[in-house]
Amino acid sequence: MSQSSTFSYEIITDDIAVITMDVPGENQNTLRDDFINEVDALFDELEKKNLTGVIFTSGKKDSFIVGADINMLSKLKTTEEVRALAAEGYRVFKRIENFKVPVVSEIHGTCMGGGVELSLACHGRVCSDHPSTILALPEVQLGLLPGGGGTQRLPALVGVAEALTIMTTGKNIRAKKALKIGLVDDVTDVLNLRKASIKRIKTLGRESLKEDTFDYKSLLSISGWQSLLLEKNQPGLNFLFQEARKKVNAKTKGNYPAPLKIIDCVEAWTRGNKEYGYEVEAKNFAELILTPEAKQLIHLFFSITDLKKHHFVSEDINPVEINNLAVLGGGLMGAGIALVSADKTDAKVRIKDISEKSVNHGLKYAWDRLQTKVKRRHLTKQQADEKMAKITGTTDFSGIQNADLVIEAVFESLELKHQMLKDIEIHCSKNTIFATNTSSIPISEIAKVAKRPENVIGMHYFSPVEKMPLLELIVIDKTSEQTIATAVDFGRKQGKTVIVVNDSAGFYTSRVLGPYMNEAGHLLASGVPVELIDKAIVNLGYPVGPITLLDEVGIDVGTKITPILASAFGERMTPPQAFMKLSQSGREGKKNKKGFYDYSYKGKKKRPVDESVYLDLGISPHNKMDPLVIAERCNLMLVNEAIRCLEEGILKSARDGDIGAIFGLGFPPYLGGPFRFADQFGIKRLIERLEHYKESEGDRFTPAQLLYDMEKSGETFYS
Amino acid sequence: MTDKTNDSEKKESNVTDAGKATKKPARPKKAAVKKSTKTAPAKKTAKKKAVTSSASKPAKKTPAKKAPVKKTTRARNVSKTDRIAFVTGLRTPFARQSTNYSDVSAIELGKILVRELLVRTDIDPMIINRVVFGQVVILPEAPNIAREIVLGTGMNIHTDAYSVSRACATSFQSAVSIAQALMTDDIEVGIAGGADSASIVPIGVSKKLAKILVKMTKAKTLQQRLKLLSQLRPAHLLPVPPSAKEPSTGLTMGQNAEQMARDHGISRQAQDEFAHRSHTLASQAWNEGKLDEEVIKAHVPPYKNTLEKDNNIRFDSNLDSYKKLRPAFEKKYGTVTAANSTPLTDGAAAVLMMKESKAKKLGLEPLGYMKSQAFAALDAKTDMLMGPSYASPLALDRAGVNLSDLTLIDMHEAFAAQTLCNMKAFASKEFARDKLNRASAIGEIDMDKFNVLGGSIAYGHPFAATGARIITQTLRELKRRGGGLALTTACAAGGLGAAMVLEVE
Repeated sequence: MSQSSTFSYEIITDDIAVITMDVPGENQNTLRDDFINEVDALFDELEKKNLTGVIFTSGKKDSFIVGADINMLSKLKTTEEVRALAAEGYRVFKRIENFKVPVVSEIHGTCMGGGVELSLACHGRVCSDHPSTILALPEVQLGLLPGGGGTQRLPALVGVAEALTIMTTGKNIRAKKALKIGLVDDVTDVLNLRKASIKRIKTLGRESLKEDTFDYKSLLSISGWQSLLLEKNQPGLNFLFQEARKKVNAKTKGNYPAPLKIIDCVEAWTRGNKEYGYEVEAKNFAELILTPEAKQLIHLFFSITDLKKHHFVSEDINPVEINNLAVLGGGLMGAGIALVSADKTDAKVRIKDISEKSVNHGLKYAWDRLQTKVKRRHLTKQQADEKMAKITGTTDFSGIQNADLVIEAVFESLELKHQMLKDIEIHCSKNTIFATNTSSIPISEIAKVAKRPENVIGMHYFSPVEKMPLLELIVIDKTSEQTIATAVDFGRKQGKTVIVVNDSAGFYTSRVLGPYMNEAGHLLASGVPVELIDKAIVNLGYPVGPITLLDEVGIDVGTKITPILASAFGERMTPPQAFMKLSQSGREGKKNKKGFYDYSYKGKKKRPVDESVYLDLGISPHNKMDPLVIAERCNLMLVNEAIRCLEEGILKSARDGDIGAIFGLGFPPYLGGPFRFADQFGIKRLIERLEHYKESEGDRFTPAQLLYDMEKSGETFYS
Repeated sequence: MTDKTNDSEKKESNVTDAGKATKKPARPKKAAVKKSTKTAPAKKTAKKKAVTSSASKPAKKTPAKKAPVKKTTRARNVSKTDRIAFVTGLRTPFARQSTNYSDVSAIELGKILVRELLVRTDIDPMIINRVVFGQVVILPEAPNIAREIVLGTGMNIHTDAYSVSRACATSFQSAVSIAQALMTDDIEVGIAGGADSASIVPIGVSKKLAKILVKMTKAKTLQQRLKLLSQLRPAHLLPVPPSAKEPSTGLTMGQNAEQMARDHGISRQAQDEFAHRSHTLASQAWNEGKLDEEVIKAHVPPYKNTLEKDNNIRFDSNLDSYKKLRPAFEKKYGTVTAANSTPLTDGAAAVLMMKESKAKKLGLEPLGYMKSQAFAALDAKTDMLMGPSYASPLALDRAGVNLSDLTLIDMHEAFAAQTLCNMKAFASKEFARDKLNRASAIGEIDMDKFNVLGGSIAYGHPFAATGARIITQTLRELKRRGGGLALTTACAAGGLGAAMVLEVE
């Protein structure tokens, strides 16, 4: 038994050494450069022993290795530094690969990035079937690629097509799937894991030189045929890579370099020269890590990690456990909130609506989505039933009396929301929190009628709730710290990234979306075609264009919010005159199949624009504006307004603003959020561009005062 | 201390009961036993034991009337008696076979109902000690529906649960099972109920195929398997739907009803009029909102729409339309039609029960109380559905009341013919003398008190849910009428009868 700070080993039966990695003082194992000497010393020692195999395992609870230390990576400044680090990594992994006896990686819990790459360097891999066991190579999400030989060893193990999917998406792979694709050799219960490792070592010992024979069973499956046709010959491979690049470009619009580099690396592997393959990987890794995209994505990763731990109130205030949740309104939002609450938290959910039809809609919405999860095997039928069993519905106040938290998601009408609040104060306890899911009405307006305003808070979810990761909490002066702590905690339990902002019309997200959407309106009014606007914005990296978004959210919803914003912030939020005609034309968007796009279209191509909308707007789509100008104008409006929010104290930090915009509005992640973008773009340059448009387009582009102040003092949003 | 005295009192009263048995009130009991010995002697004695012990308390009143000497002690007993309270009752809307609940099994219906009952009732699910639930059409994958309900509704996992089956009187049985456990202080709070689905039923395989399949699981070699498979014939592969016949008599329920209509001279006209009355009263009850509080709105997978009311009720019932139907069971000369019988139905019903004192402690106002109950068994070959006429006098005696003391009578309507036969028997001196060994008839039924909100012909009849439906519906109607006593009763397959006297203040 030898003891060192991170790695320890013991010899068990049959002369097998078990190495346990346990980084002291951390919850999780990460790979760091300062471990390299330790690993070398360990293997020097093991080299001398008479062993039959080595098992590599983790000392952390439900966690194997979560990857390389990103802090370490973010400190690398030059290509040389990166190359030097990568070379050391390769050397250590190769040492494992070339070890005299089989090394088996025994995986239980999270195994990410470098953890997977280390396992790939081992001769065998076994993993537990515990729900916490997830394997992934998520480097691409940080704008990187697996730089520890992953792009070379993974295709060798699971094939080109599967490897490309895993590495270009960074998706999670569960035990069952890992076994199916050959990423691991055996899956078993946690308690039998050691037995599986030993068995694997023994098998590996017997077939020391495994011959590559043709597996006839592969002909029975589609993937087997695919692999035979595409991966075993050069024209097939060429086609595969061509398709992969096409798919990536369609998704990234050329904004993210990492996935293409990953494809390059895998292509290099197919050449069959190991040294060449590692060289391509190292070169591309070094290039990527210094790109602005990777920098922003890494910043974002840290911001999220930071935010997840953030206490928005004093730390000694403990959140109240939500056992019973009432959701008022069974529409799209209410149903989504009910679903995520039943799915992710322990709360029992009661949907209340005035109509049975809406209650039923709420239940159906949740049920349909849970059934989809069953179909995709993310849940068993029993698990889905159990979750569904937590949701009930009512049209009166029965069963609401014990609610710890009530979230109203009724129609955007102040009067109605007042009524909801009064009803809840009557029917529920004095501790019941009343949260409103308004997207525009100031919380202080709603709380005016409250007897217990300390229990009132805004919980602004985004549609569709089960997919959108952000929850924007809006607090008023009177909101108690207890209420905030409870809402933050419950939101996190729902799996949401929670930001807390101060109250004002439109809060943060709806408010910054206002001028951005308006700008799209101005562009449209000046004759820029709908599809051109949307395409320009999508190419910038937003998931959908502003006009498509308006159709999705509902034009009527838009016209309800704009007056609130316009009356609060004046001219820059006032939509162009032409837009006002729209609400009279009966267009509500996707929901009534009448919007900017043609919802009668049944073809397979992109939905065309409903040309009659131009007639309704009284414009002709003649303006072939430069897409870059379109994108810049919309984006600058959003960024400038975000900066105003920080200036006015609506936002408490630039970090919250960046995360809110990315997760709530789909702001392009590679730009890092409005504030990271401003820093990178340059404050001075930002002012210049805004002033440029102010001159040509009008006062709505007036730069925020904060920008001038910062220019003077030379500050940036992030130090 | 109090427990001890209670025990001794109980014993004492049992003794007096037994003593009285030779005298007046016990006569019907004897009769029932005599009858039943013909068919199932072993069962009957067992049942009789259960009946006497459970009914010991309510029975105290009867002798009290006739033996003034003992009155003082008895009176004290009664006032001390902690009554069995029904705190709340709820049911799903009932749906005809393969309509709204075609994708929902009885177990799911039971879960949906009990979940809603727990959400609506302001009690901590932790205090529920036991769930007794019933099913008549039992799904092989989960024979213990009660436990499935506990596990599937987020109840306390330590809540005990077992299932009962007593054909159409199943949820009378589950309520009595809970009541008996309450009386013996076995439990403090319980849920009783039943659920049935006629839409999702176990369709079996032929006996030959079943035999081969079982043997296949034991076969070890391919040869053995092939040999077994070679025995299969195409006919073996036909699925076997659940039988509608009584296993002991080979008769269907409808044939039993036909026999009763024929032998007791119940005309087609009378049956149709009775069915029309049932539908008319049930639709009135719904229209007046009388059922809103006791019937949940059913949101069930795949959530196409909400079922808010029973979908069997003819809200525009018209007597003429009943006449058009052809007899359902005896095509030529029969009188029983689909319209004057209860249809196959899906649904669930349940009641929350505890002792009066417990309800008081929890600040809950009970709907009402169980004053007495009785079960009876009779010939299953002829007049099989006369159960109410045998069980009711027993329950009335045990409650110490006469039919005329009642505010309401609610009898399960399996068929108009069966209900009318029983009503005739209630009024019949001959029936009382010949079958019950009683000097006087049970009593003439006053139609103003009888099935005042309609019955199973209109609401439908998910076998195991009907008892709990009747109990809740009757208690709430009693309350609307300012309290009083009510008799609820049902016939059941196999020649069984159930009766329960309810009390509301």
